[in-house]
Amino acid sequence: MGNKRVDEPTGTEFVGHEWDGIEELNTPLPRWWLWTFYATVIWALGYVILFPAWPLIEKGTEGVLGWTSRGQLAEEMRLADESRAAVREEIAATPLNQLVDNPGLMQQAVAGGRAAFQVNCIQCHGSGAAGSQELGYPNLNDDDWLWGGDIDAIQYTLVHGIRQQGDPETRTSAMPSFDGILDAGQVEATIDHVLSLSGQAQPNAQGAELFAQNCAICHGTDGTGLREFGAPNLSDAIWLRGSSREAIASQILNPRMGMMPKWEDRLDPVTIKMLAAYVHSLGGGEDLAEVAVEPEVQVDEQS
Amino acid sequence: MNSPDPELHHSLLGTYQARKKVHPQRIDGFYRRFKWLIMIVTLAIYYGTPWIRWDRGPYAPDQAVLIDLANRRFYMFNIEIWPHEFYFVAGLLIMAGIGLFLVTSMVGRAWCGYACPQTVWTDLFQHVDRFVDGDRNKRMRLDAAPWTAGKIARRLFKWAIYLVIAFWTGGAWIMYFADAPTLVREFWSLQAPFVAYATVGILTATTFIFGGFMREQVCIYMCPWPRIQTAMMDEKSLTVTYKDWRGEPRGSVKKAEKNPGEYGDCIDCNQCVAVCPTGWDIRKGPDISCITCALCIDACDRVMDEVGRPRGLIDYLTLEDSEGEKRGQDHRPTWKKILRPRSVLYFFVWAGIGLGLLFALGARSHTEINAAPDRNPPYMLMSDGSVRNNYTVKLRNMEARPREMRVGIEGLEGATMWSDTMANEDAARTIDVDVPADATQTVRIYVQAPKGTAAQDFSLSVVSLDEQAETDAVETRFVTPGEE
Repeated sequence: MGNKRVDEPTGTEFVGHEWDGIEELNTPLPRWWLWTFYATVIWALGYVILFPAWPLIEKGTEGVLGWTSRGQLAEEMRLADESRAAVREEIAATPLNQLVDNPGLMQQAVAGGRAAFQVNCIQCHGSGAAGSQELGYPNLNDDDWLWGGDIDAIQYTLVHGIRQQGDPETRTSAMPSFDGILDAGQVEATIDHVLSLSGQAQPNAQGAELFAQNCAICHGTDGTGLREFGAPNLSDAIWLRGSSREAIASQILNPRMGMMPKWEDRLDPVTIKMLAAYVHSLGGGEDLAEVAVEPEVQVDEQS
Repeated sequence: MNSPDPELHHSLLGTYQARKKVHPQRIDGFYRRFKWLIMIVTLAIYYGTPWIRWDRGPYAPDQAVLIDLANRRFYMFNIEIWPHEFYFVAGLLIMAGIGLFLVTSMVGRAWCGYACPQTVWTDLFQHVDRFVDGDRNKRMRLDAAPWTAGKIARRLFKWAIYLVIAFWTGGAWIMYFADAPTLVREFWSLQAPFVAYATVGILTATTFIFGGFMREQVCIYMCPWPRIQTAMMDEKSLTVTYKDWRGEPRGSVKKAEKNPGEYGDCIDCNQCVAVCPTGWDIRKGPDISCITCALCIDACDRVMDEVGRPRGLIDYLTLEDSEGEKRGQDHRPTWKKILRPRSVLYFFVWAGIGLGLLFALGARSHTEINAAPDRNPPYMLMSDGSVRNNYTVKLRNMEARPREMRVGIEGLEGATMWSDTMANEDAARTIDVDVPADATQTVRIYVQAPKGTAAQDFSLSVVSLDEQAETDAVETRFVTPGEE
């Protein structure tokens, strides 16, 4: 270290490393940089002591604070539940058909229902609640309801399900198979009559007679259906499983009937209430009492 | 060959330039008084503005200048700006930028010298230094003195004053963001939001550090503006200039008396350096350190008066003029230096943007409609064959009073609509919606068109049901099965 050599143009000392005549000058770090570096070292030591840090064979070191990401998640979930508790209590205390009188609460219920719908219902009914004609899942946006579309009826369906085994109060009915009862010609005549109800085919006497004998008891003499049995309205524009001749023949000869699980064992009553409010709010809900509203003011963020 | 800079300090930890603490001396003069005036005006604006009241009726705050972040509104006297009108703020910022160009092209770094908060607060803190520790020489002695109890007491007292000023600075800032009297009450009863305390804490710390200790280093090392300014200045910009052709060679009055004709006007009394708030020696020429506060002009003029030489050895001059005066030209009047094509052009651009903003402000509508069609599902077939589309409609009422608005369907033959708060039996071509004061009302609207309606574009219109009858419309699309 005895002979310090100084680079003349810059007045800076050499470090002493040389590669092919190129030498390194000793330009130390700024003081603030060094201090920041020492501060990060101290920070890291504190971190290692306080938080999980070293991976070991079975588990890692746990840290003095006992922090875990799972614990943090659980705590955040608990706080989120707590923050919702007041609204949930209020919803629980409000009879469903009076919910519409309280627009603020209704809005909360609809929002909660939307969230629950996205978790529990979209598997069959789709994320937009539009259902599926191929699979026979009903569209919940329209005004056609098999079992009733007022908010209480919707809740009943949610609680007890449809054709749910083991629930004596479930909504249930069965469309009989007419395979072997009606011959091919009679089936064709019946299809013609069914289609004629919505103006899609010419009426025919044979079909009308067959319909009156076999179908009218559930679907009504004019084919408008009967909600007590969940018998679909056959005279409207909405077809649960399609309006092609094949689809109708298939339903007559080999009927498929929808099944909806009951939710009372899986979801708490408040969530079911919120789901009912949400489904009712999709635009087809029936018997919405008009309410004097002071609607929630929403702050404009972007438009 | 360059020799190593003797001012560079070599230490174990690194190479850095040690700060030479500046102890500006008290001075009085035209520019000092002007600085006092600007300081009083700018501080009064800063501290006073949030306390001006402005009646806007029962539905809007009565604070003249309020940046209401929680409700996303910006109030300035009779102007109210919503977030979607942020271009007004952008316009103001552009005006501020061009305004700085304008001022720079006319009078150089006048912003740095007089109006910049860093300058104003540094000035304020330097007055505190003078008040507590005395003038330059006393302060320098005290600085060099050992840390006796007396010095510690003095320092603590001074820093306490710093802290109080810094706290008031931070405290005044938050008043712009909430109703000032309410916030003061909440602040002292510990009920203000955490962000208020945090903001005050941060601004107190920055004011304490920047004004009390970093001072000119902020201008020289941290602030980008002086660097931009070096590019903005040209040979026609006013700047503080030492007339070296008049002053050099320097010599004391005694020397000049002994050898008449040999020395210039500068008596090398160093007063210009002593009063400089950044510690620059203007006789070395213009520099990033010179914020053109002109206190050296005051100091030099006073000395010139005392020794009986003409004033203006240090003066506001353009580079061009100093070249000219060096060659013997007369002193040009200041207005001629200021009025030049570049500054006139800046002025017209600046004024044009301002007038444009004013026009836009006057012409804007206070009623607006927006519609977002539901995408999932895009349409719903009804049992009678008609088709329904849902829209999320936003009605904007920018008046500070509740208004009723009528939403109507334009086009889309035979279609009717209802909203989420009414029964669908009441569906009609128009529906009336109450929109609260100064708010956006979101309404879910269900539009149902009869069987056979083709997919088509149509409009939702709005008209305010008051004497203003402001209208707006938004085009959207109605989709039907198979015709998305």
